[in-house]
Amino acid sequence: MSDDLYQAAILDLARQGAAATRLPHADATATVDNPLCGDRTTVDVTLAGGRIANIGYKTRGCALCQAAAALLATTAIGLDAPAIAVGTAAVTASLQDKGPDPMSPWEGFGIFTPVRRHPSRRSCVLLPFEALAKAFTAASAV
Amino acid sequence: MSGFDVAALRREFPILVPGLHYLDNAATAQTPRAVLDALIAHETTHRANVLRGVYRLAEEATAAYHAARVELAGYVNARDPNEVVFTSGTTGAINLVAHGFGAALKPGDEIVISVLEHHSNIVPWQLLRDRAGVVLKALPVTLDGRIELAELPRLIGPRTRLVAVTHASNVTGAVTDVATVVAAARSVGAPVLLDGAQMAPHGPLDVQALGVDFYAFSGHKMFAPNGVGVLWGRAEVLAAMAPFQGGGEMIRRVTLARTEYADPPHRFEAGTPPIAQAVALAAAARWVRGLPAEAVHAHLRRLTERLLDGLAARGRVRVIGPTGLQGRLATVSFAVARVHPHDVCQILDARGVALRGGHHCAQPLMDALDLAGTARASLAPYNDDGDIDAFFAGLDDVLRRFP
Repeated sequence: MSDDLYQAAILDLARQGAAATRLPHADATATVDNPLCGDRTTVDVTLAGGRIANIGYKTRGCALCQAAAALLATTAIGLDAPAIAVGTAAVTASLQDKGPDPMSPWEGFGIFTPVRRHPSRRSCVLLPFEALAKAFTAASAV
Repeated sequence: MSGFDVAALRREFPILVPGLHYLDNAATAQTPRAVLDALIAHETTHRANVLRGVYRLAEEATAAYHAARVELAGYVNARDPNEVVFTSGTTGAINLVAHGFGAALKPGDEIVISVLEHHSNIVPWQLLRDRAGVVLKALPVTLDGRIELAELPRLIGPRTRLVAVTHASNVTGAVTDVATVVAAARSVGAPVLLDGAQMAPHGPLDVQALGVDFYAFSGHKMFAPNGVGVLWGRAEVLAAMAPFQGGGEMIRRVTLARTEYADPPHRFEAGTPPIAQAVALAAAARWVRGLPAEAVHAHLRRLTERLLDGLAARGRVRVIGPTGLQGRLATVSFAVARVHPHDVCQILDARGVALRGGHHCAQPLMDALDLAGTARASLAPYNDDGDIDAFFAGLDDVLRRFP
């Protein structure tokens, strides 16, 4: 796995993230800001049987935030709230110094492990997770 | 040519090792050995609490603290050292005014700030608005990152009780035309507060010539330690202000029924003050005054010109702020199309270039400019051509890696 924060896999995902679009008919939407840098991500979700059916998003953020949003939008499809919480915890742990690599279905987030050396950038990767959790909660309450 | 020996100046800063290109001086400037020596000398030979003890060390500490106040009074050309209040920094100073001066304001009274302000000169007034019912108005910003002074007549009126603006922007580097602000404020009898956090490191000030009523600045941006700053206030304005925090040092007489407060500046220095930090700040003020001002100015102007010209020559890069050298500090913000400022800074960090990216605690400005943030290079006298070369080499790497 590359040790480069700006490896091709992350930059490719970041380009996907920058081109992402919102959902026209979301069950719920959440917007969160990163107070460190002012980045903002808005996540739309639709649910089916308590699981995520569709995700739309718009992120005004760095390459790490854009890439994380793009990867999360595909990884989280079909998952329920507990599974999202487990994945969030796993990715969070993987970003810590000497943290464990994330397991399936979150192993794709292993590309972010170079962030371990840059603690101030961990929140960039985790911002879309925060927004997704809020959107999921809001959608479940509808 | 620079006109002075930058290499020798750099050697005064132990932290400036080869390979470090420190360009985040608007956030925290580095500390020269003279200031570090003053700090250590005080703590190893005069350390004690001030204004109370009668033993030798306490007398020495009190004398050193008072001497620091006198030094800072000279730095800002105050009429009286008692107009200098030591605070924790610019944020502490502005919060002090928001409480002390704000205590006399009534619902409907107005405070005028600007969109260009650091959060430290926005949030304290919002808090005052929320607890006292005052009205907060904000001067807009021009496209080149200056306060739109043409809007002064529209925003300043008979209910204006204070105009609080930055002396120089921490984002765009724009220096405020203070005379115009003061004239407008005076026309309605309103005092003026200047946030001098960015301006104060650039040389001695003259608060009397500026014609303002409050001037706030921080030690850590002018080559001194963290945790100390100054609020200069016009004597008659300070005398009329209520205390901010209560505690030791700020009283004349305490009974369980009531407290009589000390006169300024002690009224506003509750608790043990940052004594050694104040002594070191005074050493920093002496150090700044000892620099060859004209040569330093020319040096920074030349490096700033290199920054502005180099950024303009790169097609995807846009300067956020004045693009010329007039009325600006050596603080240059910029945006790179399709690249987030934190990504810019991260890639430059790998080359030893310390650059700041983000909203710079100026989110209303970012909203006004429709930006998530900027990258910012801010210079100090010890920066040299090697720093600028490293900056542009890193920026070109960014442009290659984010096509």
